[in-house]
Amino acid sequence: MLSLSETQTAFAAAVLDADRPVPAGITSYMRALPEKRFNVYRNNIYASLIDVLEGRFPVVARLVGEEFFRATAKAYVSNQPPVSPVLMRYGATFAAFLDGFEPVADLPYVGDVARLEWAWNAAYHAADAEAVSIDELSDVPADQADALQFTLHPSLHIVCSLWPIVTILAANSGEEEPEPIDASAGGEDALVVRPALSVEVRRLPDGGAAFIGSIARGATIGEAADVAIEASDGFDLQANLTGLIQSGAIAAIRMS
Amino acid sequence: MSQSFDYRFSDPIPASAGVGLKAEHFAEIIDSRPSIGWFEIHAENYMGEGGPPHHYLTRIRDDYPLSVHGVGLSIGANGPLDKEHLAALKMVCERYEPALVSEHLAWSTHDGIYLNDLLPVPYNEETLGYVADHIDEVQEVLGRRILLENPSTYLEFEGSDMSEIEFLSGIVKRTGCGLLFDVNNVHVSATNHGYDAAGYIDAFPATHVGEIHLGGYSPDEGDDGEPLLIDSHGSAVSKAVWDLYTRAIGRCGPTPTLIEWDNDVPAWNMLLDEARRADRIIATQTSEHAVIV
Repeated sequence: MLSLSETQTAFAAAVLDADRPVPAGITSYMRALPEKRFNVYRNNIYASLIDVLEGRFPVVARLVGEEFFRATAKAYVSNQPPVSPVLMRYGATFAAFLDGFEPVADLPYVGDVARLEWAWNAAYHAADAEAVSIDELSDVPADQADALQFTLHPSLHIVCSLWPIVTILAANSGEEEPEPIDASAGGEDALVVRPALSVEVRRLPDGGAAFIGSIARGATIGEAADVAIEASDGFDLQANLTGLIQSGAIAAIRMS
Repeated sequence: MSQSFDYRFSDPIPASAGVGLKAEHFAEIIDSRPSIGWFEIHAENYMGEGGPPHHYLTRIRDDYPLSVHGVGLSIGANGPLDKEHLAALKMVCERYEPALVSEHLAWSTHDGIYLNDLLPVPYNEETLGYVADHIDEVQEVLGRRILLENPSTYLEFEGSDMSEIEFLSGIVKRTGCGLLFDVNNVHVSATNHGYDAAGYIDAFPATHVGEIHLGGYSPDEGDDGEPLLIDSHGSAVSKAVWDLYTRAIGRCGPTPTLIEWDNDVPAWNMLLDEARRADRIIATQTSEHAVIV
């Protein structure tokens, strides 16, 4: 008789790979090695995980079409099945998978759109924190602003792209058929944050991503502004500061 | 000595109908505060750090008793339990103080891969040893008794040498756990394996049942055209399952009963109607018990 270990090893391998035969030892009251019955488990696993991915990446699904998306998701599930029963964590590597997935090579922006949708999911489930209000910044004397340090909101994510991902996301999130978008119109950097219950996605101004990245690494506002100006001549410190606070992206302000 | 009385732990699941909590219904439940006995959650949906799921559940928990139903512990696996996942389940229990905690007689994890389904096990002494050890571990870590659910299955193993009921009874005896009696699963498995569902209900160790599940299935066909039912949780409870439920309540007495509807989630009122129907059956049995007494 097969041990439980042998039974489950053979079951697990065959249930993920439809080319394998039904494992020995499996039977039914009608016949031994019942393939249709075994296929119920294969189908349950793949269909439920593809559903999870379709719910998590709805804009990617809309861009490539449902049938194509489900085939792509199936290839991903087969290639990288989940490693945790907590399925809100599944799909972290889907964007990288799309980057290297030959059938979507003619849609080079879908990988970054998937990154943006993953950031949305991560922000949705991130730790909660109260965002600081613009009044707290107004209280700081102007000559001390450079020495401030910000704690970013725990839900904050930045996604940088050579493609207009925020425009693509916004245009494909509604019910209506979107207007055509010029994918080569230039890149956009996205700020994703959930200050309360709703996830917000905003397009960052020039230098914004470099500015926030620098803040995330512990720089003062003055230091981060230097980095941002280095990255982009058009960086506007006041507009970025106000925009960040009004987005609810800052959880705490302190003097360095 | 300090007093460690906690009101919420003393707030048990009533012997009435409850409903599986779905995100689609959060707002309506909070706004309308429906008259319903209790809610059940899937533990894994509340293992994130924050966000809307915790926000809404915290508010709903303030008004209703709660049951926590795990779907990912893989109690029937031959490998060790995922300690990190068990710790996450403990956190959910500490945060929401459920009156009941349950899991499945099934496995879903192998070699670090999560197979997102409730996979069947052979019923024999070897499996019984693994399952009993895992339940002991879960009950020790959580510091409480859990309920184990009878599965719906689509195939059997040559390596089985005891019935499902003998297996479940053995687990109860070894671990002291209770049972979650899924009546839809009884109908599905009995149809799929050609045995009598009513006979299964009559033989089930009713004194250990702490909760009942009701849900919908979808019909399919096996390899030789024989009926094969799929436990899909995507439709209303069938007539056959309501009849079996009446029989089960007759054996178990009034028992907390969950309406499970996880896919193609319907409007809240439709779920509430299903719950009311379960409540009416419980009430009938309660009055019959009263007459007998």
